[in-house]
Amino acid sequence: MSFINKPKVAHPSLPRNELGLTRRDYEGGMSTLCAGCGHDSVTAAIIEAVWQMSMRPEQLVKLSGIGCSSKTTAYFVSGGHGFNSVHGRMPSIATGAVAANRDLYYIGVSGDGDTLSIGFGQFAHAIRRNLNMLYIIENNGVYGLTKGQFSASADIGTKAKKGEENQQPPVDPVLAALTLGGTFIARSFSGDKEQLVPLIVAGMKHKGFAIIDVLSPCVTFNDHEGSTKSYEFVRDHYDEVVHADFVAPAQEITTQYAAGETMPVTMHDGSRILLRKLDPAYDPTDRAAAYSYLRAKLAQGEHVTGLIYIDEAGPDFHDVNKTTATPVNQLPYEKLTPGAKGLEKILSRYR
Amino acid sequence: MLHAADSQDRLNDFVIKLANVNGTGSASANTLLMKSIFRMGIPVVGKNYFPSNIQGLPTWYEVRVSRDGYVARSGRVDIMVAMNAETYAKDVKEVSPGGYLIYDSTWPRPALLKRDDITILGAPFARMCNETFQGVRSRILLKNIMYAGFLGALLDIDVEVMKAMLGESYAAKKSLLDSNVKALEIGYNYAREHFQCPLPLRVARMDKTSNHIMIDGNTAAALGCMYAGATVGAWYPITPSTSLMDAFKSFCQKWRVDPTSGERNFVIVQCEDELAAIGAVIGAMWNGARAFTPTSGPGISLMNEFIGLAYYAEVPAVIFDIQRVGPSTGMPTRTQQCDLMLAAYASHGDTRHVLLFPSSPEECFYMSVQAFDLAERLQTPVFVMSDLDIGMNDWMCPALQWDNNYVPDRGKVLTKAEIEKLDKFHRYLDKDDDAIPYRTLPGVHPKGAYFTRGSGHTQYGGYTEDATEYQIVLDRLRRKFENAKALVPQAVFTGRESHDIGIVSLGSCDGAVREALDILKRRGAHLDYMRVRSFPFGQDVEEFLASHRVLFVVEQNRDAQFKSLLTLETKVEKAKLRSILHYSGLPISSSVIVDGVLAELGESLSPQRTAIR
Repeated sequence: MSFINKPKVAHPSLPRNELGLTRRDYEGGMSTLCAGCGHDSVTAAIIEAVWQMSMRPEQLVKLSGIGCSSKTTAYFVSGGHGFNSVHGRMPSIATGAVAANRDLYYIGVSGDGDTLSIGFGQFAHAIRRNLNMLYIIENNGVYGLTKGQFSASADIGTKAKKGEENQQPPVDPVLAALTLGGTFIARSFSGDKEQLVPLIVAGMKHKGFAIIDVLSPCVTFNDHEGSTKSYEFVRDHYDEVVHADFVAPAQEITTQYAAGETMPVTMHDGSRILLRKLDPAYDPTDRAAAYSYLRAKLAQGEHVTGLIYIDEAGPDFHDVNKTTATPVNQLPYEKLTPGAKGLEKILSRYR
Repeated sequence: MLHAADSQDRLNDFVIKLANVNGTGSASANTLLMKSIFRMGIPVVGKNYFPSNIQGLPTWYEVRVSRDGYVARSGRVDIMVAMNAETYAKDVKEVSPGGYLIYDSTWPRPALLKRDDITILGAPFARMCNETFQGVRSRILLKNIMYAGFLGALLDIDVEVMKAMLGESYAAKKSLLDSNVKALEIGYNYAREHFQCPLPLRVARMDKTSNHIMIDGNTAAALGCMYAGATVGAWYPITPSTSLMDAFKSFCQKWRVDPTSGERNFVIVQCEDELAAIGAVIGAMWNGARAFTPTSGPGISLMNEFIGLAYYAEVPAVIFDIQRVGPSTGMPTRTQQCDLMLAAYASHGDTRHVLLFPSSPEECFYMSVQAFDLAERLQTPVFVMSDLDIGMNDWMCPALQWDNNYVPDRGKVLTKAEIEKLDKFHRYLDKDDDAIPYRTLPGVHPKGAYFTRGSGHTQYGGYTEDATEYQIVLDRLRRKFENAKALVPQAVFTGRESHDIGIVSLGSCDGAVREALDILKRRGAHLDYMRVRSFPFGQDVEEFLASHRVLFVVEQNRDAQFKSLLTLETKVEKAKLRSILHYSGLPISSSVIVDGVLAELGESLSPQRTAIR
């Protein structure tokens, strides 16, 4: 276990956000994952991100499927409702929840098994629907809870703890999302909080489906030599292409970037993300180019990370449905029924 | 040929069967025919026997005219309109002795004339169409209207009523109206000129359909969903449930769209499969919207895992199962009641679900609304167990009524102010001793937040693998299901005088059972009847079962699923139950029940005790 159960007492010196809340106010239950698990770092990054956003805890809805990653929604923001559903089907729960109330923030936490094997269909269709949510994959290439089988994201040639070598090609969620029309596609590493936190904030703010594939090593079953998802291997083959810095609406842009290398993207609520291009030739708004770039880097054995693609203008789920601005779960009943008089009118067709 | 006395007997009491090719537009002609009779005040019911196909396969439509108001399939054909050359041979055979066969004599069929116990009436529909109308498609379509006119003259249907109906259908398309009226008149006049009209089988005005409507169950259920205040519909298209969501969509487009902004007060999600559809329903109802999914047997099979989650995590859901013939793909366009066991115990582990059994489109409407109230009151999935016969066929029913004082029962959901007052919120605690805990909705108050899970949980909502903690919740769920008996719709009883022999049935068997009871009564057998309307079975069901010596259980599946449920879930002695089973895929007719009852009673009843006189 990586956390000790700390009493919920905030020291007066702890920094507070706009709501006067400390980071402690966004914590959840004690993690039951293995000490050193990448997933706990992602949990910490989520807590940091929602604290920075000054989100009221109840505004966050946490959704997950089944697996180590899916358990983590219990470990952050205990003031928000959580739904740990069934294996691979979290996107459909999210679809219904988002349909019912468009005013909340939805974060889904999934794993490579939950997303790329049993849940690949639902994952693909949530992307197609451009559901307004942030979907984080805690990707470690291995099934932890069932003790170390390869997952669908395991690379060819990677070795299991017991020495077996994977022969099947991996499913890359980033490449898949690019081809399926994803509108916010990022990759990060659980060990790089500086990169991950602003991506989570931006993904949360993104209007539509934001996916962050977080390489998150499994210390127990996939952190050995010969694994391509170990801490060491990921650090060595890590290539950040575009760094995102989140800028809240009222905040001034203070950081200086070299001209031609930064690109501001205005989000739905007026906030901006500043994209710092580490490869000046890269354009994160060009889907086809992004795809080729990733394939080329992959051929060299590099994991491209950062904000890989963004399209802030695409219509989201509710735009397509033309849903009213009021969350439908808050529409007064009178607005939903034509009443006895209306029924008479309706029935005239059937007489 | 019929004698004069017979013809009086058959006034407003006969069956027309129309044999067509699917995809040729015959449905509108058949509806025209049926509805014109309905508008003359005569009870009528239409049943569609159609293939799982888009175009080119045989399809039949059966119109039963019944002055006594019987709604079941009769099993008899008095007039066959044979418009499909491929099925001529079969169609000719099916005509009851003394009946009529109508066919397109553009192509004479001497082989048809083989039966001398029926009357064959030919009219050159195709030739007359080709001479009058242009274009292949319109000729095909108008041929149907022409035979409707032809039948109108033979049966003495008020031609003005027929024309008025066409006028309503083509109010916006004058040129179509003109050609349709012309086709109708050609058929009508041809019959008058060539045959003695009307036939002894004919209609005459009655006053039995005022304040009634002709509607199918899926449309009525969709209307119920709108009136229940459902705002989220999630589905995957599957016959025979598709028309339910189609109807919901069209009702919502009419009544739930802001006329200026075009914004919708509803969300419809066509999902990638039924797993996602039920997931979306669960997500939406968990988040406080009324949501539903229409499906059929194969869809329920796929939804099983999620149904168990909703049961255990206590999330409301409304599922419409428009049952069709199984197993597997089965016969998707034929009817059965074959998902009873599947739905009652859907999912792994100890799960039991609330089922409602509508017997007509009318009940589909009211039970849709009840289903949402029950689901939210009990915090559990509720199934509306309709079937293809109810869902897709046009039934005559009393006009639906709506009480403007209706307030949706949203169940035990805590408000922001109520949560504020709590020291701590415990999701699964039986505070009121009614086995129903309190819920909170996301976004309302941080103190109301909890973690919903399908894994073992305590009454406080926390994760557990502790035996006692696990059992406290599981035992409360059983008590909740017991308590549901007092909330679900009660059975409907007729008779109850003999206390000796009874019929127990459900759903779409009702029309056939009621007709069979009348027939049996005329033959001297007086049976009591209980129509069960919900599961779990209440005390009223127990009492009826206990108080009868012999019970016929009538249902439409091979394995006596309803009888099995009765033996599993009530105290009834198994030996008292006799199954009458019908599972051909066509709706059950009264003769199946009459024959079944007489076969059994003829042998087993002793004269002293018998209810048969």
